[in-house]
Amino acid sequence: MTSITIPISEETIRSLKVGDAVSITGTLFTGRDAVHKFLHDGGKLPPGVSFQDGIIYHCGPVVIKDEQGRWKVTAAGPTTSIREEPYQGAIIGEFGLRGVIGKGGMGDKTLAACQEHGCVYFHAVGGAAQVLAESIKAVRNVYFLREFGSPEAIWELEIENFPAVVTMDAHGNSLHKEIFAASQAALAKHL
Amino acid sequence: MQNLHASLLELIRRTSAEIPDDVQKAILDSLEREKKGTIAESALKIIERNIDLAKQKSQPICQDTGSIIFYVDCPVGFDQITFEETARGAVREATKKGFLRQNSVDSLTGLNDGTNVGPGSPTVHFHQHRSAELNVRLILKGGGCENVGAQYSLPNEKLKADRDLKGCRKVILDAVLQAQGKGCGPGILGVCIGGDRATGYEFSKQQFLRMLEDRNPNLELDQLEQDILQTANELGIGPMGFGGKTTLLGVKICAANRLPASFFVSVSYMCWAYRRQGVSLKPDGVIARWLY
Ligand code: SF4
Repeated sequence: MTSITIPISEETIRSLKVGDAVSITGTLFTGRDAVHKFLHDGGKLPPGVSFQDGIIYHCGPVVIKDEQGRWKVTAAGPTTSIREEPYQGAIIGEFGLRGVIGKGGMGDKTLAACQEHGCVYFHAVGGAAQVLAESIKAVRNVYFLREFGSPEAIWELEIENFPAVVTMDAHGNSLHKEIFAASQAALAKHL
Repeated sequence: MQNLHASLLELIRRTSAEIPDDVQKAILDSLEREKKGTIAESALKIIERNIDLAKQKSQPICQDTGSIIFYVDCPVGFDQITFEETARGAVREATKKGFLRQNSVDSLTGLNDGTNVGPGSPTVHFHQHRSAELNVRLILKGGGCENVGAQYSLPNEKLKADRDLKGCRKVILDAVLQAQGKGCGPGILGVCIGGDRATGYEFSKQQFLRMLEDRNPNLELDQLEQDILQTANELGIGPMGFGGKTTLLGVKICAANRLPASFFVSVSYMCWAYRRQGVSLKPDGVIARWLY
């Protein structure tokens, strides 16, 4: 298990390989469909938000306000990343992301952007909302809540020992591609 | 309707927070089978811990609390309108309490009013039966796994699938291949052979009401179910598509009549976060017993 701390240096990111299990600590931002489309269409990040050397997490958390009026994340697993494939590569390049957390992996455009800019794809365990919520220590802020609604908003989260696996690295390798090819070949034998 | 409201609220809470026993058992069995020290094993361990935590904390197993689909078996003369109104009220409250995420979006404006109630949400399927019993089943079906559902029209030239069971097998296995990594595996397949485009999917989803370990009374379909389960688990896709031995936890198939001109195979995919529960209600709306 490799420990990763945000902000992440390019060197650290390039040292990671497909299949590495990591544990991530630091502050990250959630973003899913609405955010990606918005940024890709030329939208600006709100003041105080920077993705430079950071991570975007494809996640629409369940967040409630506790009795004292503080935000509390009660469930926070990853959502399917491939929906952001049309936008992700450009966003990695433009905003300086070092990591994307999600599930299901992404396509060639993102893989190429990872290699070019020094970024990796971290696969979290899909659906493991409670385990992952436990590694979220605090909600620092929320942006675009009114515009996009709760699951689609940008949540600024402080995480500690968030477990994930590198499934796309900065050297052009993708575990998803490998497994797809191997399983396709295995299936051919069964038909 | 006070009791009915409370019962439906409890049904929603429990469905969202507690995985049914048959599914939990299948997940634990698959954890035994995976090679120690692999990322497949660690993924399943996280899943196992997640199931325990959700139950303990009475919180959603997965943050995508899904499409809310009720299946109601009711006596003749049952007041469906009042039931549906009560169900909508229970969904609103369950959302306020955080059992359900604010998860329903107006398709035209993109707005999410935070209630989970709107056109098509929740969905309630009524089925009358000649019995005084009132049984309410609930499935919460997440979006990630819904997106990898697939409907094939046979013959399918690309997959060399003809209009026979062999052809069905080919397209179902293709659906497994295509779903890899995306629908939060290990998954469960619900399949309908035949029907039209709407009923095919409809019936395929109803297969999720079956117990995982049950066997299909139709011998041919039973064989197909077992065969696809075994074959899929030999493809090396594994939990989350990380590679490994557990790709599917179950396969459930039904058949419906079709028109001579059409031959659809509709495949619905359920993720490991298989949320299904049910209650039998007394006439006053109080829960008499749990169905799973
Ligand atoms: S596919 Fe299932 S487990 Fe995965 S995020 Fe969606 S609802 Fe949750």
